[in-house]
Amino acid sequence: MRKKTDLPTGVKTRKKKKFTLDDVQLFFLSLPTVIWYLVFCYLPMFGLVIAFKNYRVAPGKGFLYSLFYNSKWSGLDNFRFLFANNKATTLNMFRNTVGYNIIFIILGVVLPVTLAIMINHLHSQKLAKVTQTAMFLPHFLSWVVVGYFVFAFLSTDNGLVNRTLQKLGIDTVKWYQKDAIGYWPFFLIFLHVWKTIGYSMVVYLSSIKGIDASLYEAAMIDGATKWQQTKYITLPMLKTIMIIMFIMAVGKIFNSDFGLFYRTTRNSSSLTSVFLTLDVYVYNSMFNNPRPVYGYISAAGFLQSVLGCLTMIIANAIVRRVDNESALF
Amino acid sequence: MSTVSKSAKPASRETGSGMERFNAIRPGTNAAYSTLFILLALLCIIPVIFVIIISFSSEDSIGKVGYSFIPIEWSLNAYKYVWHLRNAQGIPTVIMAFLTSVGLTVAGTCLGLILISTMGYVLSRRNFKLRGLYTMLIFIPMIFHGGLLSTYVVNVQLLGLKNTYWALIFPLCCSSFYVIIMRTFFQTSVPDEIIESGKVDGANQLRIFVQLVLPISLPALATIALFLTFAYWNDWYQASLYIESKMQNMFPLQYLLVNIEKNIQYLANNDMAMSASSDALPTETMRMAIVVIAVVPIMFSYPFFQKYFITGLTIGAVKG
Repeated sequence: MRKKTDLPTGVKTRKKKKFTLDDVQLFFLSLPTVIWYLVFCYLPMFGLVIAFKNYRVAPGKGFLYSLFYNSKWSGLDNFRFLFANNKATTLNMFRNTVGYNIIFIILGVVLPVTLAIMINHLHSQKLAKVTQTAMFLPHFLSWVVVGYFVFAFLSTDNGLVNRTLQKLGIDTVKWYQKDAIGYWPFFLIFLHVWKTIGYSMVVYLSSIKGIDASLYEAAMIDGATKWQQTKYITLPMLKTIMIIMFIMAVGKIFNSDFGLFYRTTRNSSSLTSVFLTLDVYVYNSMFNNPRPVYGYISAAGFLQSVLGCLTMIIANAIVRRVDNESALF
Repeated sequence: MSTVSKSAKPASRETGSGMERFNAIRPGTNAAYSTLFILLALLCIIPVIFVIIISFSSEDSIGKVGYSFIPIEWSLNAYKYVWHLRNAQGIPTVIMAFLTSVGLTVAGTCLGLILISTMGYVLSRRNFKLRGLYTMLIFIPMIFHGGLLSTYVVNVQLLGLKNTYWALIFPLCCSSFYVIIMRTFFQTSVPDEIIESGKVDGANQLRIFVQLVLPISLPALATIALFLTFAYWNDWYQASLYIESKMQNMFPLQYLLVNIEKNIQYLANNDMAMSASSDALPTETMRMAIVVIAVVPIMFSYPFFQKYFITGLTIGAVKG
């Protein structure tokens, strides 16, 4: 152990003496990006201190002044608010965020892998290409646009669904109101799958295409059925990419696709309990609340960042233990 | 179904050594799979077609049969009125928003390409002294972030980006994911000899990067450029954070869509709204017309760029 750590540091210090011309040039070449990272990624990280402050904006003064001179430390008060006074909402948003994500993660592995394997079996390459391209389309659309698509179907007065129900003599439903609340979890799950499946299918399909064809030939000669080939060749070969996609998804378990929850539901207040995720809570309390309390919002944001980071590290550690090769970092 | 029956000939598979024809799925299974994928493809395309149809329906037709695939009357009115929505300077609001979107997309993509490719190149140089430090710099934001509130507070109160175009450009122009794609490409596809030969000829790193490395990295640059282009074109979120609703002239197209959802009248500037009596505005179809204007450029361009996306995704999936 000693030997292992000593050697590289020894090498490092020897190297450090010389900062070559090359290094200087490379440093300047990368300087703009480094500045971008410091300003737009690292500064906000320090902004998380707001969670432990009773943040008050000092009018006419800068952010740093407001933060350090105008705002008192408040310890864990902001968190206490989230879990005591605001308990119902907090539980609701954590349940939604994590719950939807778990469903998304499971579907996000099972469905695209299945479809990728199936589409790879199609006899007509042309049909495979055309359908794959069509299924990729939703990935390129924004949630705003998708929100309008949904509205075209679900609008209470003119929507296709209600007009069809009318024709069939069935009672119409006010889709964006309280009585439709039971349908929305399914709508949201469907929309998520609809928008992401083309993308993930392509990721898995390109891995499948990379598998050596001779493996399948050998298996076939040995009399393996299609199912056996899939089970013993394709799936094991996809393992690494599946694990990578899995870790990335698990690391984002406290994040939510804001547009999905906010735009497709039109932020309808009677549906809030179905789509209130952490991101929606933070956004709504910042922009749709006349008197936002920054401390509480930041506390929610802080939990999101820290818990997300922890889950990512834990997921990766577990994968590393099971199969070192597949770990992400 | 003609595609299916034609494709039943296994010989149409181009790849493989010829053995595959014996390993293909049965024609019946193939027909079932084909049907499934045709249905899925339709499911993904039909909403777009639906919205296009609605935008060409007359307001009358919508009153009678609602949003329908078969309107009883077609009409170009929606587009006519959208054209007549003017801002205070007399420029059509939609054209203004369209140009804003194009401008932001071009500027953001160029800036992003510079930031991402330089960082990717520097990280790909194995004997760069700060390489370890830079790797951490790139890596940490992938697993930890400041969250919306502190990002917002920093951007608005510290950097003063509220109601500026910079607020719509900077937050999206770089990401660790793209940097890693770029670095991986440079590491695997740019031979060290080229860089060495540049050094022997006395070129500095900037020249080596611009004149030797970039020209042979066009596929990766194209991939990143496309990721960025679609991200900027589809962005409404940054605008909803940083552009106040009174700054109508700064709205990109997607954010215009967000706003007309609330109230289309509000976008019709006084005089124009007067001339077209406000009840007559075909608001339902106008919204859909603007959706179509935002979607059509994407719909017709992405099939051509798809392959670059796939390259990007597969490079990106290689772990760093």
